[in-house]
Amino acid sequence: MKTRYTYGGDEHVYVEMDEEMSLEAFFKSLSMSNAVREADIPGVTEICPANASFQVRFDPDVTAPLEMLKRIQELEHTADKAEKRLTTRIVEVPVYYQDPWTHETVMRFRERHQDPNGTDLDYAARINGYDSVEAFIEAHHAQPWFVSMVGFVSGLPFLYQLVEREKQIQVPKYLRPRTDTPKQTVGYGGSFSCVYSVRGAGGYQMFGITPMTIYDPKQEVSYLRDFLVFFKPGDIVKWRPIDRAEYDRILSEVEANTWTPRVAEVEFNLEEFNKDMTGYNAKLMEALNDA
Amino acid sequence: MTLKIVKSGLATTIQDMGRPGYFHLGIPEGGAMDRLSMRAANMLVGNPEGAAGLEAVFMGPEIEFTRDASVAVTGAEMPVMVDGEARGTWTAFTVKAGQILSFGFLQSGARIYIAVSGGITTEPDLGSRSTYPIGALGGVDGRAVQPGDELPVGDAPLVAEGRRVPAALRRGPANPAELRVLTGLYWYRLTDTAGQQFFEDTWTVAAEADRMGYRFKGGRPLEFVEREQPFGAGADPSNIVDGCYSYGSIQVPGGTEPIVLHRDAVSGGGYFTLGAIISADMDLIGQLQPNTQVKFVNVDMDTALAARAERKVTIQKIREELG
Repeated sequence: MKTRYTYGGDEHVYVEMDEEMSLEAFFKSLSMSNAVREADIPGVTEICPANASFQVRFDPDVTAPLEMLKRIQELEHTADKAEKRLTTRIVEVPVYYQDPWTHETVMRFRERHQDPNGTDLDYAARINGYDSVEAFIEAHHAQPWFVSMVGFVSGLPFLYQLVEREKQIQVPKYLRPRTDTPKQTVGYGGSFSCVYSVRGAGGYQMFGITPMTIYDPKQEVSYLRDFLVFFKPGDIVKWRPIDRAEYDRILSEVEANTWTPRVAEVEFNLEEFNKDMTGYNAKLMEALNDA
Repeated sequence: MTLKIVKSGLATTIQDMGRPGYFHLGIPEGGAMDRLSMRAANMLVGNPEGAAGLEAVFMGPEIEFTRDASVAVTGAEMPVMVDGEARGTWTAFTVKAGQILSFGFLQSGARIYIAVSGGITTEPDLGSRSTYPIGALGGVDGRAVQPGDELPVGDAPLVAEGRRVPAALRRGPANPAELRVLTGLYWYRLTDTAGQQFFEDTWTVAAEADRMGYRFKGGRPLEFVEREQPFGAGADPSNIVDGCYSYGSIQVPGGTEPIVLHRDAVSGGGYFTLGAIISADMDLIGQLQPNTQVKFVNVDMDTALAARAERKVTIQKIREELG
């Protein structure tokens, strides 16, 4: 990994840990962005951690750009020494794969896709070497995921699969972005899964939909009363496949404000995880049994 | 007092100076695209500079007043009328209870800013009244204004009619417009030739130009330095591992049509960015109409900071003029 520092105009410093995605790069980015927050450098207005990079927005009239870049650079060694562990939570997110709503959208934007003759799931299963869509869906939800970035729009989480690199699912984005995506679509692009927090444009392949509200500007949903955005970087997610009946039931419970997601507090230690990913994941998922 | 919206124009939104602090969650700062014009409109009617007013793009709304108020319209040039009688832009005038404020056809620029003494006092979300429709924040229930809306306005004394911002202190884009760029971010992805081309070519504003971003077309396609794409980035040479976007940053998906992100920017994504428009020129983008010719001008950090200081001086001079 080689850290790169650059400016985004006169109001941003952009720091990239690595060109390629890895949990190591994510952890370093998170540690460094936390160190910048704690350093409380005058003029800093926003700190945005991303998958393998982060960005600091600042007022250059308060701290000059070169000085800001140097101050951030000085924090790199602190981040290098930081333990790659987090106290976080694992969240079970119900997913209705092959649902009628994303299917309708899949068909509506077919001419923008790499393979106009199939569905996004057919295509993703084939290019990732799975014999069937069912086997591919199983691979998507069997192991947990790590929220490595929140953004794009309105609290949308980007999720990175907690498996060996050779097992990771990879798919390209649509050839041309769609102008529409159903709210709460579970999507996929590059090596990231996502949940579209609101309806709108999008370029990720569409696999299914969750009945779980993850963004509520009115803060009426019981588990979003404290804050309008559900996810934060470092959250761990386990997808749970559900059918139409369960989807309808959960959706009506969410609307009646009687549903809450299953959540358990967990430790995530990158070094331990790297030693035995499947075993480590099993323990993470066990925590949900007690939730 | 309220402002009764009779006609809403094309897209008229409540805006102030925005809601910084939530970009890390994908909620942009938002606020007036042309900040200098919004500030000036507020100063003209005696409001705090960050009070909420209306931003109307290409076409003005029609508004009935329920009480006497001071009003100023800045930004784009568009005929202003009160009960059909002409009024000026960049000047304060009174609208009496029962009168209707309306507008003629756009003459130059793209967005007008309407400030009313007392400011619009709709419920703020995350510290701002700025409308962010994608996230349903601010504005009227998170949306643009519609006919029939009654917008609450604060109590404030009227100001003297005829106060004005002198022409020398107004700023709009030239033709062709020049937008200054500080290269950086993923600039190294472009070949030297592509980098030169970007600044040599004349671009035009495409139809897809809104508060989120402005798209440009007409320049030669940009070529990328060959490489094996990094893991997680995606196959296209313009793809990167999804990262944060800077306000004003310029992405060129597929190397063809540059997009400059503006106040309602998406906070991140998977396209390389070649640099960003300097902060002093962000206001100008808000006044660009589709089909306007644009030249991107390569500048260094010192020039960017000097331009920023110059813009501050202009705002200070407007304050002194109207103080």
